[in-house]
Formats: sequence, structure tokens, C-alpha cells
Amino acid sequence: MTGVTVERARSAAPPEESGGTVEMSMRDALNRALDTALREDPATLVFGEDVGRLGGVFRVTDGLWRAFGQDRVFDTPISEAAIIGSAVGLAMNGFRPIPELQFDGFGYPAVDQIVNQLARMHYRTRGAAPMPVTVRLPSFGGIRAPEHHGESLEALFAHVPGLKVVAPSNPHDAYHLLLRAVRADDPVIFMEPKARYWDRGPVVLDPAGEGERADDPIGSSRVVRTGRHATLFAWGAMVRRCLQVAELAAEDGVELEVVDLRWLSPIDADGLAASVGRTRRAVVVHEAPLTAGLGAEVAALVTERAFRDLAAPVQRVTGYDVPYPAGPLEPQYLPTNDRVLLAVQRTLEY
Amino acid sequence: MHPEEPPAAAAELPAPDPLPPDRARAFYRDMLAARLLDEEAIALQRQGVLPAYVPVRGQEAAQVGSVAALDVERDFVFPTYRELAAALALGVDMVGYLASHRALWHGGRYDPMASRFGAVNAVVGGPVPHAVGWAMGERLAGRTGCALSFFGDGASSEGDVHEAMNLAGVMRAPVVFLCQNNRWALSVPNERQIAGGSIAARAAGYGMPGAAVDGNDVAAVYQATREAVRRARSGLGPSLIEARTYRMGPHSTSDDTGRYRDPAEERAWEEHDPIARLRDTMRAAGHADDEFFARAERAARASAERARDGVCAEPEPPGDDLFRYVYREPTEELARQWRAWREEVAP
Repeated sequence: MTGVTVERARSAAPPEESGGTVEMSMRDALNRALDTALREDPATLVFGEDVGRLGGVFRVTDGLWRAFGQDRVFDTPISEAAIIGSAVGLAMNGFRPIPELQFDGFGYPAVDQIVNQLARMHYRTRGAAPMPVTVRLPSFGGIRAPEHHGESLEALFAHVPGLKVVAPSNPHDAYHLLLRAVRADDPVIFMEPKARYWDRGPVVLDPAGEGERADDPIGSSRVVRTGRHATLFAWGAMVRRCLQVAELAAEDGVELEVVDLRWLSPIDADGLAASVGRTRRAVVVHEAPLTAGLGAEVAALVTERAFRDLAAPVQRVTGYDVPYPAGPLEPQYLPTNDRVLLAVQRTLEY
Repeated sequence: MHPEEPPAAAAELPAPDPLPPDRARAFYRDMLAARLLDEEAIALQRQGVLPAYVPVRGQEAAQVGSVAALDVERDFVFPTYRELAAALALGVDMVGYLASHRALWHGGRYDPMASRFGAVNAVVGGPVPHAVGWAMGERLAGRTGCALSFFGDGASSEGDVHEAMNLAGVMRAPVVFLCQNNRWALSVPNERQIAGGSIAARAAGYGMPGAAVDGNDVAAVYQATREAVRRARSGLGPSLIEARTYRMGPHSTSDDTGRYRDPAEERAWEEHDPIARLRDTMRAAGHADDEFFARAERAARASAERARDGVCAEPEPPGDDLFRYVYREPTEELARQWRAWREEVAP
């Protein structure tokens, strides 16, 4: 970044010994990652609806406005197209914007700016215009929110060349994946599973010496539980569901491997195939509707890369092909433990 | 809605000062060069060299006059797709510009960052918020650059334009919204495009001054833009200028204006041709003589022919360009597809 005179500001987060493992919620991990990003690069900006004084409706940006000032962290009008469109212009002017779209359903009003502009400005300008923009998008269901406040847009954005898409499932990944997204020189859609904002877990803030994690390449999946009878593929909020299912299955002696895709574009096809090579069976679990969902992509990739390893067709457990339902019906829409277990059973019966 | 209330009047500017002779001559040269290059481009389309083209005839004053108020060292222009005269006046490589119309690359083949003229964009409201973001960046960085955002009367109906103007007003971003109201959004006239009749009048709702100017009077456009740029640089925020002009030709070479507009209207606007008008003004003021106009014509003709020959000779992009610019950090999957393409498709 050249020419930016904005001074580096103090941190919003309380001091913490570096290198330590800290127990925190995903929300706090994301807050910490934004704090780190704002501290390490004065070109980094956080903006969107209510991200300043209020600290975001989920408080992910809490305290950043006070710590970094309103030039670095600021509220915008309710204007999703202008939020993303201005991020495009800021990126053309040497900044590294981290705009927030307050809820997933409000990503739709910004689709033109995301798909026609953000995703292809680098291409359109033959590489002249950098687009290091990270769009934070609180995503998926599970909190009984009103309409437009619980959607799964990953297949839409994963289909768009020029974008990268990532969804963390736990506080540690939330911290590191967000920093990786912000440091990336390409546009990233960062899908935060809002049902997991309050889940707590260990975060290794500085994994230097831990021999892994911080520098995981873009597009890497993670085996979050090893098993030998079948693999559950999931991302975002559904990873915890799959870990629960694996616990239940273990009671019956069925050892399930759980793979967190993390990156939904690019997808770690080799990593997925490797898991299937070990387990020979696969079930994809996602919240989005079935038809043309990312589960179809995962099934196709696994079939292309590991057909000979497969002992059964890849199964999908997903939401239904209906608009996202009202709160009382949500538990009947989202994949349940029983539905995942049934799918596991189907694949084991082959 | 209160239909009995007339729309808020936009500021009516005083009659523009006469242009200094040097500036008048420079404007004339650029406007004529754009006119003749526009004619060459239409001819190239008729010959099948350009698959399609969007003529700029009639809007030369609105474009040349407005960009003349900029400083290319520090300002930036965000065009849509009918800004040939603006690009030419800014010194953009016109072969690279026309490469977009030859479909050699969607955004054109000039370097938008170096030339301070953004990539050609066919979503007409799309680039307007980019201008606001870029302008916000200038303020944040403590610089004094100003963004000039071109859009048309049709684009003024797009939500992005409203969002952009409101955001700019709230942020006091140094941006000049320059609407070229050429009366026709493809086949739809102002009456069916702009409720309230005036784009300039909308400015009040966004907390910025709005001015309607005669877009065929290069001096008026120049003066209004210069004032808006001065405001922007001094921290007073955005401005909206509605340059009322006329698209003398069709929307594009695929278009048939006979289906939707009266030829008498086109003939009437010929009377307001901005180039003829500037020539008359210059003659009346004694700023130029026949020799100047003849010289300007020869120079404009030569530059148009150079650009024409250049775009005809411009090589097609290498197939690898399909893949090259998608990401700064290419993905393994894209690299795999690139390799497969080389083996299976590449000539």
C-alpha cells in the first residue's frame, strides 16, 4: 500500500501473550482476526451496515470502531450494491476492504456488484486492477431468524469465476481463515455460520512452531475426525452436526471420518478423494437446497477422482428444494442426526 | 406523491464565460478527432471488422468538456461504454479502447490504471459506486484526487446509481457524477425513463448540488465540471451535473432508430451539433480561421486513420489469456483446466 497516511491504531482486543492457545467464541475469534488485520495493514478497512458504533448485529466488529477510528471502521447506508461497489473502487485505489453484508439474504441485492464487478474486474482489466476484497457474509440457518436472515449462497458464489469462497466451522479456523482471506490478493466471500458465533473452542493465535494451520494453503480441507467406514463431508455449521453423528455412530461401532471442506471454491478435490480412498463411502451434508447444490459438485469430484475406491454411490443430505422456512419449521428443514445416520446406513448397505 | 408540486428546480448556472482561445482550439481538435474516429468505427462495423459499435456522435462536448476539468495525474474516470470522446481527450490509447468494440477483450486493451480511465463496462449503473469507493479512498489517503463518474439517463434509473449518490453524499466523497442525458435510453425517451423529468433535481435528495447544463456547449460543461472538481478537492463533497445532450445516432449499430423516434427530431438536433456550434463561436470570436479548421480536420483525420489501422491490425488475444487474469493467486483447479485446455483445445 502506498500513499496511505492513516496511522496505525491501537488494538481493540485486550493484550494477550502471543503464541498462546486461547479459548474463545467464534465471534471473538473473528473480531480478533479483524483486529489483527487492521493492525498489520493500514490499507485494511472494515465497513458495512452497523459495523461501527454498534459493533455489528452479531458484535463481530465490536470495539474496532473505537480502536481504529471511523476512517478505518465505518457505517454505511443500507446499500448492499454500494457497499460492494465502493469496495471495488477502494481496491482500485490501493485499499484492502473488508465489507460486511449484514445477513446472507442481503447478499442478493449485491449480486451484480459481486458477480459482474468484483469477481471480474481483475480479468476485465487484464490484471491491472487488484481486487483484494473480503466480503464477510453471516450465513446459513439455525437461529430461527426472519426471512432473508438464513440462506446458503455458497453454490451461487462458488459457481462464479474470479471469486473464492470459504466457510469456517470453529473458532480456530475462523481466526486463521479470515486472516488468510484478507491477506489474499483475490476477492473472497467469507461465509460465517451464524449459528456457531457463540460456540467456544481453542484458538492457537500464533501457531508458529505448531507445524501447521496458519499457513494452510487456500483450498485446503481438514480431516476433523478420522474414521474408516465412511466419510461425512460438510462445511460451516454442518460440521458440528456431522461430529455429533460420528459420536452416535461410534456407539454402534461405525467409525465415520468427518472432513470439513472449509474452502468451497476452490474445493480440495484431492483431499476429498484421499478421504474416500480410506473409507470408500461418502455422504455430503449441507443446509442449502438439494438441486444444483454444492453437494452435487462434491459427489461429482469424488466420483471423478476416486471412482474405483467407491463402494457405494455418494449420498447427499441437504435442505429441501423449498424457500428457507420460518423458524418453527427450521428443525424439520435442516439436516438432522437421523437423516445423516440413515444416509450412512444406505451407503453401508451397498 | 404530490403531482401538483413541480420538481425541485436544479441550479441554473449563469451563462458560461467564453473559452480562452487556446482551450477552445484544444476542445475543437479533440471533439473533431472523436467525431471522425466515431465515423471510422461505424465504417469498420459496416465492414464487419467490429461486431458492434456504440456511436458517440452528438455527445462530444459533454465528454471533452468534462474531462478537461480533470488532472490526469491525480483524478480517475469511471466510464460505461459510450465514452470514446472522453477517452480520446484523456489520451487513452484508442487502439486499446476500440479493441473492446472489436471484441478482443471485454474491458478494452488499454491499461485503465495507468491511463486513469476505468475499463469499459456494459452494466450501465455498475461503475458508479466504484467511483464513490475510489473517491472515498482519496480522502482516506489524504490525497486530493477526484473521481468522475459517467453514466446516462438510462443508468439514472438503476438502483446502483441511487445507492452510489447517497453513499457519496453521506461520505462527502470527492466525486463528480456526470450524467450525459442524451434523451434516449436505447429506445426509451426521457419521459418514460425519468419520473420527475430532471436528473439534476435529484441531487438535493443526496445532499449535493445538482446542475443542469447545456451538454452541447463545451464551455458550459467544462465550467460546471471545473466547479464541481474544485468543490470535491476542497472537501465539500460530491456534485451532480446533468449534461443535456442528444445521441444523434443509434444506440448501437444493431439498432434501428426509425422504430422509435421521429426523424424530424434528429434533424432538429443537427442544428445543435456541438462541433458546428463551437466552430461558429470560435469564428465569431476570431479565435480561429479557415486555416486552423482545415489543419484540425487533417490532424483529426490522420489520428482517426491511425487508430482505425491500429485496431484492424491488433492481434487477437492469445488463448492463454482465457485463464491468465482470473486470479492473482491461481487455483490448482484452474491450473489443471488450463493444462487440459493446452492439450485438448489450444491451436
